[in-house]
Amino acid sequence: MSSVEIRDVRKTFGTTEVLHGIDVMVPDGSFTVLVGPSGCGKSTLLRLIAGLEKITSGEILIDGRVVNDSPPKQRDIAMVFQNYALYPHMKVFDNMAFSLRLAKLDRKEIEEKVRQAAEILDLGDYLERYPRQLSGGQRQRVAMGRAIVRDPQVFLFDEPLSNLDAKLRVQMRTEIRELHQRLNSTSIYVTHDQIEAMTMADHIVVMCDGGIEQIGAPLELYDKPDNMFVASFIGSPAMNLIEGTIEVVDGHAAVAVDNDIRLPLPPNLGAQHGTRVYYGVRPEHLSLTNGTAGVPLDVSVVEPTGADTLIVCKLKGKDVLASFKERHDLRPGQSIRLEPDTALVHLFDANDGKRL
Amino acid sequence: MVSITGSNDKSAATERISWLERLNSNRNLLGFLFMLPAALVLLVFLAYPLGLGVWLGFTDVKVGRPGHFIGFDNYEWLFQDDIFWLSVFNTFLYTSVASVIKFAIGLWLALLLNRNLPFKSFLRAIVLLPFIVPTVLSALAFWWIYDSQDSVISWTLIEMGLLDQPIDFLGNPNNARASVIAANIWRGIPFVAITLLAGLQTISPSLYEAATIDGANEWQRFRRITLPLLTPIIAVVMTFSVLFTFTDFQLIWVMTRGGPINATHLMATLSYQRAIIGGALGEGAAIAVAMIPFLLAAVLFSYFGLQRQKWQQGGRDD
Repeated sequence: MSSVEIRDVRKTFGTTEVLHGIDVMVPDGSFTVLVGPSGCGKSTLLRLIAGLEKITSGEILIDGRVVNDSPPKQRDIAMVFQNYALYPHMKVFDNMAFSLRLAKLDRKEIEEKVRQAAEILDLGDYLERYPRQLSGGQRQRVAMGRAIVRDPQVFLFDEPLSNLDAKLRVQMRTEIRELHQRLNSTSIYVTHDQIEAMTMADHIVVMCDGGIEQIGAPLELYDKPDNMFVASFIGSPAMNLIEGTIEVVDGHAAVAVDNDIRLPLPPNLGAQHGTRVYYGVRPEHLSLTNGTAGVPLDVSVVEPTGADTLIVCKLKGKDVLASFKERHDLRPGQSIRLEPDTALVHLFDANDGKRL
Repeated sequence: MVSITGSNDKSAATERISWLERLNSNRNLLGFLFMLPAALVLLVFLAYPLGLGVWLGFTDVKVGRPGHFIGFDNYEWLFQDDIFWLSVFNTFLYTSVASVIKFAIGLWLALLLNRNLPFKSFLRAIVLLPFIVPTVLSALAFWWIYDSQDSVISWTLIEMGLLDQPIDFLGNPNNARASVIAANIWRGIPFVAITLLAGLQTISPSLYEAATIDGANEWQRFRRITLPLLTPIIAVVMTFSVLFTFTDFQLIWVMTRGGPINATHLMATLSYQRAIIGGALGEGAAIAVAMIPFLLAAVLFSYFGLQRQKWQQGGRDD
């Protein structure tokens, strides 16, 4: 177990810089998730930590030791790949024993370690099978088994669940989390799925276009996104972002979307009159009101999921999503009024997307 | 009367339709019909010549003279023929040495070409060149390279001061054997290299990455990942390579015609010489038929060796 520190790491492929100076501190024993849309450089960063790619500049430290020039096997890491990368010609046992054999451990010790890992992962009955004879979830477990037999300092996961079906993904999510709690080893987990990030992580590193957008605990990112990218990326369904101008009349601030639409703001917000902003409000922070309060909208789609109901409305041609725990009898075409919970409203500068 | 004729016509039409329909719904019959053209081609162009060859081997047919069935006389005669046994020896020597070297160099080239080299596709095209040139042309080129007086190899070595006189490539039995084997290797490498390259490309790069992280060095990755995963393809490629080499004719015939003193006669060239040049069709056919057991052995070896390995059975890879 140990910490991983990334200091101003850059990576270029040819003339393209894909990582522009990344700084991340992964504390000892934490479960850190790198999340971002595809092409944001999160997998590249993981491969740099693993030593599968050479970093162009900067430093990577594992357990306080600079590992820039160390080959993967000296970094004491284990990696779980997206496609599992199980050796197809080896049985499950041999797949898991491969690294131990290369490390020239004696047979009894190998046997013991593999059995132990197999027991943790409930793979005992499959040790004599070939990867092809296993289901997706079982293969995933073998891939994890191959990682844990080595008892490494750091576990690296490269989108390990994206090849599984939805139900299995939820189940494996819990299993990986349980495994981490049991082994308590530093883990770095790459995913493009923000729900995976939210549910599994101690720390989330949100990445976009080769840079870091925000680092924080899951709920921190949800409650206080630093910028519009994080705001729209974290949370499902995504946050509504409505463009408008701040209007301060008699000390009451609001965001004017159009001549007749005013979105309310909390009173103590030191907003400048006339600033172009994006008004961010999560679908779950909108509520249905009667009378004259709130903003008038037309319902265009109603999507009940059972637990809650998602409705899509139109505001000046743009979609606005609202999600209700209660069941309302709404129909497409119906006019409703929605009121945002002003305490939970986010404001972002329209120019640079930063939080105000 | 009219009505009777009408109904007759009608029933005939119904019968025709139902016959077609029945044919259409009978998968076995339909399958048989679709298979027929291919089967016919195989029968006429493969089975018949093979059968005829086997039959000729039991006769004393000569060019221009119908022969008689003479049982195993041809084979008994060949059994006591030193030149025949020499050709068998030559064929085995030629096949084994050439195949082993073709495999070694072919695999090495494939591994090189599988890396991220600059001008990758250009290099791959170059490797294929010997395969594209018609065999007779490359044989002629080698014949010239191996010329006893004007050989470019001898000339270079003499110019470099390493030799006093030109090498007699095709005049000396052992030199001639080595020379034709070298020519065959040159010609056979592309097939091995490109096919193995195709095989290498089916191996997922993440397996190598996983192995690297597991602590395998380059040799261990080759030994534990590449080689076992490539084995099924190696088996196919080498079976074909052995078959092609064992039955080689063109290279030898253009370069040495089996000489000097039959040192490079292969079974195929000896068969041709006896049957077509010498006119002894029966005897030539018998030599050709004598190749069958060896070829069959190679095919059976590959058949059993190639059976899907256990790890390849069941399920998909991902």
